[in-house]
Amino acid sequence: MACSFPEEVLEHVFSFLTSQKDRNAVSVVCKSWYEMERWCRKRIFVGNCYSVNPRIMIRRFPEVKSVELKGKPHFADFNLVPEGWGGFVYPWIVEIARGYPWLEEIRLKRMVVTDECLEMISKSFKNFKVLVLSSCEGFSTDGLAAIVANCRNLRVLDLRECEVEELSGHWLSHFPDSFTSLESLNMACLLSEVSFSALERLVARSPNLKTLRLNRTVPLEKLSTLLQRAPQLVDFGTGAYSAEIRPDVYSSLADAFSGCKNLKSLSGFWDVTPAYLPAICSVCSLLTSLNLSYATTQSPDLTKIVGQCYNLQRLVVLDYIEDTGLNTISISCKDLRELVVFPSDPFVADADVLLTEQGLVSVSQGCPKLQSVLYFCRQMSNSALISISKNRPNLTCFRLCIIEPRAPDYVTLEPLDVGFGSVVENCKQLTRLSMSGLLTDRVFEYIGTHAKNLDMLSIAFAGDSDLGLHHVLSGCDSLRKLEIRDCPFGDKALLANASKLERMRSLWMSSCFVSFGACKLLGQKMPGLNVEVIDERENISSIPECTPVEKVYIYRTVSGQRFDIPDYVRIMGKDKDGVYDLS
Amino acid sequence: MDQKRSTLNLFENIDLATELRLGLPGTDDQPEIKTSLSGNKRSSSEIGSSASCKDEDESSFSPPAKEQVVGWPPVRSYRKNILQVKKTEPETGSGMYVKVSMDGAPYLRKLDLKMYKSYEELMKGLQEMFKCIIGLYSEREGYNGSQHALTYEDKDGDWMLVGDVPWEMFISSCKRLRIMKSCEARGLGDFL
Repeated sequence: MACSFPEEVLEHVFSFLTSQKDRNAVSVVCKSWYEMERWCRKRIFVGNCYSVNPRIMIRRFPEVKSVELKGKPHFADFNLVPEGWGGFVYPWIVEIARGYPWLEEIRLKRMVVTDECLEMISKSFKNFKVLVLSSCEGFSTDGLAAIVANCRNLRVLDLRECEVEELSGHWLSHFPDSFTSLESLNMACLLSEVSFSALERLVARSPNLKTLRLNRTVPLEKLSTLLQRAPQLVDFGTGAYSAEIRPDVYSSLADAFSGCKNLKSLSGFWDVTPAYLPAICSVCSLLTSLNLSYATTQSPDLTKIVGQCYNLQRLVVLDYIEDTGLNTISISCKDLRELVVFPSDPFVADADVLLTEQGLVSVSQGCPKLQSVLYFCRQMSNSALISISKNRPNLTCFRLCIIEPRAPDYVTLEPLDVGFGSVVENCKQLTRLSMSGLLTDRVFEYIGTHAKNLDMLSIAFAGDSDLGLHHVLSGCDSLRKLEIRDCPFGDKALLANASKLERMRSLWMSSCFVSFGACKLLGQKMPGLNVEVIDERENISSIPECTPVEKVYIYRTVSGQRFDIPDYVRIMGKDKDGVYDLS
Repeated sequence: MDQKRSTLNLFENIDLATELRLGLPGTDDQPEIKTSLSGNKRSSSEIGSSASCKDEDESSFSPPAKEQVVGWPPVRSYRKNILQVKKTEPETGSGMYVKVSMDGAPYLRKLDLKMYKSYEELMKGLQEMFKCIIGLYSEREGYNGSQHALTYEDKDGDWMLVGDVPWEMFISSCKRLRIMKSCEARGLGDFL
């Protein structure tokens, strides 16, 4: 007797379950719970748009208000996925427009979004409120104009690091005069200038505006005007933060900032004129998030500011901060949870910048709440990694990029196996790891043995043999995303762990030793996987089966073959109709 | 095309790297690739012993000295572009940067003299940078009651008071600037 509570009660209980994982768990308890849960699920997250097709989704969950989709694999961010690979959102929009007319929110990451898609969105959903496009491409400012003109109830328009075809800045002027519901606008990635007076009027008639991230073209002299219109802002991104040094401009900017009593997050700061940085000092102690990663100025200027941000939880900065700056942070920013340090000059072997492993060690020592690290540097040692892991066993995300591939421990010249081994051994809650430097199969043995909560692993220029890959695939129980480039991993480990691949979201391997034949075999044997060989060489069908493929992307799917592939992608082991190719 | 190159480089080392070992690799017989990825050098012993898929003309294959590996380091392209813009700006237009020190300040600054067209502009710029008031010395008014005075080191290594010579002559001979406390600088003025 599975159901002792009336439906309404269960539905009410389920409404407290917000995580998809919990909802998925609840839905497999019994048939009646499955039925009940599917009718009241409001948000759907699809981590790989090719793992399921929209019709399946709409059929199962008829009352969805919010859809989130991800398209291309992560390594697309670094130009490893060729143009035209896929991730087209259009077919999804068509189905969703039919199936969810009351949809309110769409969030897309690494997808190809055309102007046609945006127009369709703007016309199909009467109550559309939230559009977040992260690392998307394929649309122009005309598409934005359609959204802005037609979505009467829009609350959020958030363009994160998208590649937009900039036809003009007029799109912003398409917000109707009667439109007052804006809560969040992020246009930081756009390059063209918008009408400042249209922007000012928009801000003035948006009393609920909490997030405003401007693009580079909005000059510093105009910022105080906007801030005065929106002192309620919680998240503000400046434009180009440079101007001739004039006391009147400085003081009006400083005054405007001090009027923003709710400000928690600052970003922007392109082309910074250091003398203007202190204008934000009055809000430093309010900030929980600060992104200075475009502020190309020296350590003292940066440190002076960050050192006053006593409540900072998240800091993104360039390596100009240097070890001294990080040391100050370790003393002043005791609430720091996340640290990101980007390289100012990634393509030179020797930088002018005094940022070493020591900076990260200091922060790991001084900041007890530090959980998440993304750190680019030019030298690392096993002892530093061991210190970091012992200081901060609470790390959940550790991404280290030593700029030179295969760089050893700079002190001992040994591989960094023991250092990263210490990280996975001490940091038992680690869910994400990216490694670099000189690494042998030994580090993978450590990872397979200890990293039981690891969800995502990124490997480059590491390992010696298939054993390395085998350790990871057989040992990491929670692994869902694995991305590998330029490692000597081949067929043996992949084929021996084929069933593991069905318990993961995806595996990416490029410039490794996985052969054409192995991909074919895997595709034939595993109906629940799409094994995509991505290879731009000509006559790929006629090369010997033992030849390594350029790239292979393997993911589990219930929607079978996809039919939008370009000519350099082959889905192995399945013919055009999705039937097995036994040749 | 670049993607293919980095792939083929790995193929050159295929004989050594794919040898399946039963034990863990205690010895590191990994081929020496460390810095060569940026230079794309290949050791001669590995060339020719590997199986390659296509006929590659070796001379056409030798890449320029600093060829970058595709997608490495993993920095997104919009981030690379922004920094490059910043970097090339000083190179165009040959600025004339000189070090500026101020007595009592913990660190020095650098200033591009070409940004200014007169002593007045220079003073304004310096005053903004160091948040101080500098007086130009004049015979009549002395330092005009200000706290600081400006001196410079010229081509001969001598420390001179700023303001005596025409602007163009000044910027062509100025190697370094120093903002002194005017009580110390008074001594200079006395000798003029």
